[in-house]
Amino acid sequence: MTLTTTLTYLANPTKFLSLTARVLPWLIAATAIGLAIGFYLSVMAPDDYQQGATVKIMFIHVPNAWLSMFVWGVMSVAALGTLVWRHPLADVAAKAAAPIGAAFTFLALVTGSLWGRPMWGTYWEWDARLTSVLILFLMYLGLMALWRAVEDPSRAARAAAILTLVGAINLPIIKFSVDWWNTLHQPASVFRMGGPTLDRAFLVPLLVMAVAFSLLFITLQLAAMRNEILRRRVRSLQMMQAGQQAA
Amino acid sequence: MTALAALIKRDLQIALRVGGGALIGVLFFLIVVVLMPFAIGPDLALLARLGPAILWLGALLASLLTLDRLFTADHDDGSLDLIAMSRTPLELSCAAKALAHWLAAGIPLVVATPVLGLLLNLDAASTLAVALTLLAGTPALTFTGMIGAALAVTLHRGGLLLAVLVLPLSIPVLIFGVAASEAAISGPVAFGTPFSILCALSLVSFVIGPFAAAASLRQGPD
Repeated sequence: MTLTTTLTYLANPTKFLSLTARVLPWLIAATAIGLAIGFYLSVMAPDDYQQGATVKIMFIHVPNAWLSMFVWGVMSVAALGTLVWRHPLADVAAKAAAPIGAAFTFLALVTGSLWGRPMWGTYWEWDARLTSVLILFLMYLGLMALWRAVEDPSRAARAAAILTLVGAINLPIIKFSVDWWNTLHQPASVFRMGGPTLDRAFLVPLLVMAVAFSLLFITLQLAAMRNEILRRRVRSLQMMQAGQQAA
Repeated sequence: MTALAALIKRDLQIALRVGGGALIGVLFFLIVVVLMPFAIGPDLALLARLGPAILWLGALLASLLTLDRLFTADHDDGSLDLIAMSRTPLELSCAAKALAHWLAAGIPLVVATPVLGLLLNLDAASTLAVALTLLAGTPALTFTGMIGAALAVTLHRGGLLLAVLVLPLSIPVLIFGVAASEAAISGPVAFGTPFSILCALSLVSFVIGPFAAAASLRQGPD
């Protein structure tokens, strides 16, 4: 099947539900195994000569930070699907992804903060990366507020799609401005990790964790999409029932 | 072209006449700046140091509060539908409306800045620098804020939702506006660097704002 025919096939929510019902158990199993291996490797990884055991926060922090941006990318593709192709699953995907992305961003912030306490001596530093991740988190929350503000899902979908795309254009600009702002205000006062190269002992667990967390995202995303489809069915059934009672 | 000129003229007239409320933004700006010394203390040296930041925050909040007016009245009396159905592309009409809004609500903020600078103990050169950055930066606030205003009007939800959606998008403008003002006052960066980026942000918002606002208005009416 080519990509287009697959997308058209999945435009039918019932087919999507039956397909994901078959795929999800395997995905859950793969995620559990991946996370188990990842956690084992992380615990077994040696302590850093400089940072001690706290370096292990990295194995959770980095995959979350990576996914926090990746999820906005997924939502942008879904937003294009909503606005350009009017694909019925696109807005379901976008709505399901927003809270998941917000959760990953929140975890990245919390782990980063916990990591910052022993490393920088403070829970919060107005470091360029932390600041732009915080703004990303605020934008996720704004998007979720927009989803919740409107009752009719399809109208909320198009508004949210426009905001997602505007955000996708704006996020690099915000990132750049915050970097510039940060270097202007506190040049090189922030502790940086010793060099960009990472030892193999850290790289392997990190990559395994990245794959495991990505699997976790796919699993949660598909499950949330299923819930959203079912929720919409319940909603339209309730509307029909209310209509019949009124008639 | 004449249609756009007529639209700008009409919006300006509505904004400036009784019930238009264009100048209420300036009043709000004044009150925010007057509130600051009560919170910070009447230390003139400290106020002068914080001056550019206070003025920029005040202008940001004032322009945010007036954004609600951009589409709401036209949506309520139906003229927004007429504008959407006319032969002029909706993107251009949105740009014209935003321009008129900026002339009526943004320019007064710039004009009021020298007076407010006096209250904050800013010297003439610093005040001029802040006013200049506001002149270059407030169009960006209006044109990006227009996206939020269009979303809010199509969803019949204004107020706080609009603020929550628009404020994160205005962070770059705030950063470079304050940076350019402070560069002109104390350095260490040359004034030109942040100021050019601020102008660039305004130009980018001219391109993105009208398209996103028109896209949002098109799918609005039900």
